[in-house]
Amino acid sequence: MSTFVLLTITGLGLGAMYFLVASGLSLIYGLMGVLNFAHGALITVGAYAAWWFGEQIGGGYGTRLLVGGALGMVAGAIVAALIELVFIRPLYRRPIEQVLVTVGLALAIGALVQGIWGHDPKPILLPDWMFDTTTILGANVPNDRFVEIGIAAAVLVGLVAFLRYTRFGLVIRAGVENRGMVTALGIDVRRAFTIVFALGGALAALAGVLSGVYFSSIDPARGTSLLIFAFIVVVIGGFGSIGGTAVAAVAVGLIQQYANYWASAGTGDLAVVLLLAAVLLVRPGGLAPKVAH
Amino acid sequence: MRRALQIGIPVAVVVLLALVPKLSIDIPVVLNGPLDNPGTLQLLALCLLFAGVALTYDLLFGFTGLLSFGHALYVALGVYVTAIALTRWEWGLWPTLGLLVAVGIAVPLVLGAVSLRVGGIAFAMVTLAFAQAGTVLVQKNPYGWTGGEEGIGLNFDEIPDAFVGVLNTKNLYWLALGYAVLVFVVVRLAVGSSAGHVWRAVRENEPRVEVLGLNPYPFKLIAFVLASFLALLGGVVWLLLIGGATPEVTTANFTLALLVMVVLGGAGTRYGAMLGGFLYTLLDQRLGSLAGSSEVQDLPDVLRVPLSEPLFLLGALFVALVFFIPGGLASLPTRLRGLRAKREPLPEKAAA
Repeated sequence: MSTFVLLTITGLGLGAMYFLVASGLSLIYGLMGVLNFAHGALITVGAYAAWWFGEQIGGGYGTRLLVGGALGMVAGAIVAALIELVFIRPLYRRPIEQVLVTVGLALAIGALVQGIWGHDPKPILLPDWMFDTTTILGANVPNDRFVEIGIAAAVLVGLVAFLRYTRFGLVIRAGVENRGMVTALGIDVRRAFTIVFALGGALAALAGVLSGVYFSSIDPARGTSLLIFAFIVVVIGGFGSIGGTAVAAVAVGLIQQYANYWASAGTGDLAVVLLLAAVLLVRPGGLAPKVAH
Repeated sequence: MRRALQIGIPVAVVVLLALVPKLSIDIPVVLNGPLDNPGTLQLLALCLLFAGVALTYDLLFGFTGLLSFGHALYVALGVYVTAIALTRWEWGLWPTLGLLVAVGIAVPLVLGAVSLRVGGIAFAMVTLAFAQAGTVLVQKNPYGWTGGEEGIGLNFDEIPDAFVGVLNTKNLYWLALGYAVLVFVVVRLAVGSSAGHVWRAVRENEPRVEVLGLNPYPFKLIAFVLASFLALLGGVVWLLLIGGATPEVTTANFTLALLVMVVLGGAGTRYGAMLGGFLYTLLDQRLGSLAGSSEVQDLPDVLRVPLSEPLFLLGALFVALVFFIPGGLASLPTRLRGLRAKREPLPEKAAA
């Protein structure tokens, strides 16, 4: 029982990171039809920016993480907004070229980070309480898992509230459903594009920071490996649906953990791919219809 | 006359390329040594091999409009199936080739049948996921077959002697050239066939193909299996050239490199894709040695760091290409002609 609880909470922690990456990808795709391959680079940028700012600030590990993490998210948002304004916008209505540009950016940004800070993982220093464990139903769960789950849950609630109760949220939801109609009504959807991109960038950067907490280190290849699972989550969850993305992220995280423990290491990743194949065979459109809510 | 040129030029290029191992010409900057030096021959063989592999990817992406992010899986399949059968199971050459043919048809058939149920971007992601499963499987090292990070050193006992040893690099070069020619001929025949017409119709407008009463699914599946099978053969040549299997061929970056090659040369064109594969490989290898050169190492950090990452330069080049030459290198002649045509009438206007 205690193993099951531990695996479940760890799986949720993993799912939390997938959700943060996938929600941005899903909104960007749902609204603009752009598959953003540079999202993995944004994860890496966020993680390294947080680490770098943390080193500059110094002080307690908690402060470093908090301030560094916040600045990392800002960095992610700025880089994402720049990508949208400089590279994506001029290629409006050329979806394949947009994907290709994000592929080029993903390669270039990833290589640049690697060139500056090297291949080797950088340790992320964490406050002691994160390494302590809390006993739940007989399982000793490391406290950092609760941080990840809590932050992702807060982001989920915040995103849903943003989409449902703000004017921008309304424009985004309408844009996902019918971009042409929103434009015809005289609303400039392109501003929403930049905002969604920046938001996605900030969330990806946050995922990068949390992956640093989860693994106690960051490395240049992490972004790509998280991105692939985030893609799977987006396809299973259905494009443009935040709720579907959340459900899919939790399912993928849990299945991965359970299979890795009870079958053998690495089986979890294969199980997730099988889940994807199964979902596609039964429901080619993903779990949720294409609506942002 | 036109027909003669169409056949004559490729034949002349192939003959010229086939003569390369017999020439000892130095091409400074581009290559590191004379043409008949084994190191140079291996680099050129790699370039030719990727010219072929890029064309197999172009069959999917350029001719049929299927944006796959999992093409590396089939190259890796060729590499690993051959290496495992020869080295781990100590099979002979012929049983291994038989297994290759079976795997090369069965695996793409099954995976293609599943992933082609969705189209567009979802297809890209599903193929990416299957390729990721391949990466995981190789890393997992089941029964010690794949060797995980270490890879597998190839057991050369069963390989014909002509392909073993540094002195025989020229034979490997001819093998790679043969592979490129094979892919070119097969793709040319396939694209010219009636299935090939349907592929291009699917690329241009899939709903219209359906309205005309054809089911695009089996045609897409044929393209997928054919491209994957040819890529698998490329994997075998790669294995012989490198002398071992390494997990680098299973990564997503490998597929992305194929995509860059095809777009660099020009998607949907045979010569363009091959040129792109050749140039990309040459650049990738040569930029790596440029990064290690003292000229670059002495530069200030701002310039040194980006210049010593070949992938950064290639990524940036790719972005620039998509922006400024969307049709790739293959479109350059048409573009230049267009520019000249635009410029020529101008003086007349001025005169009038």
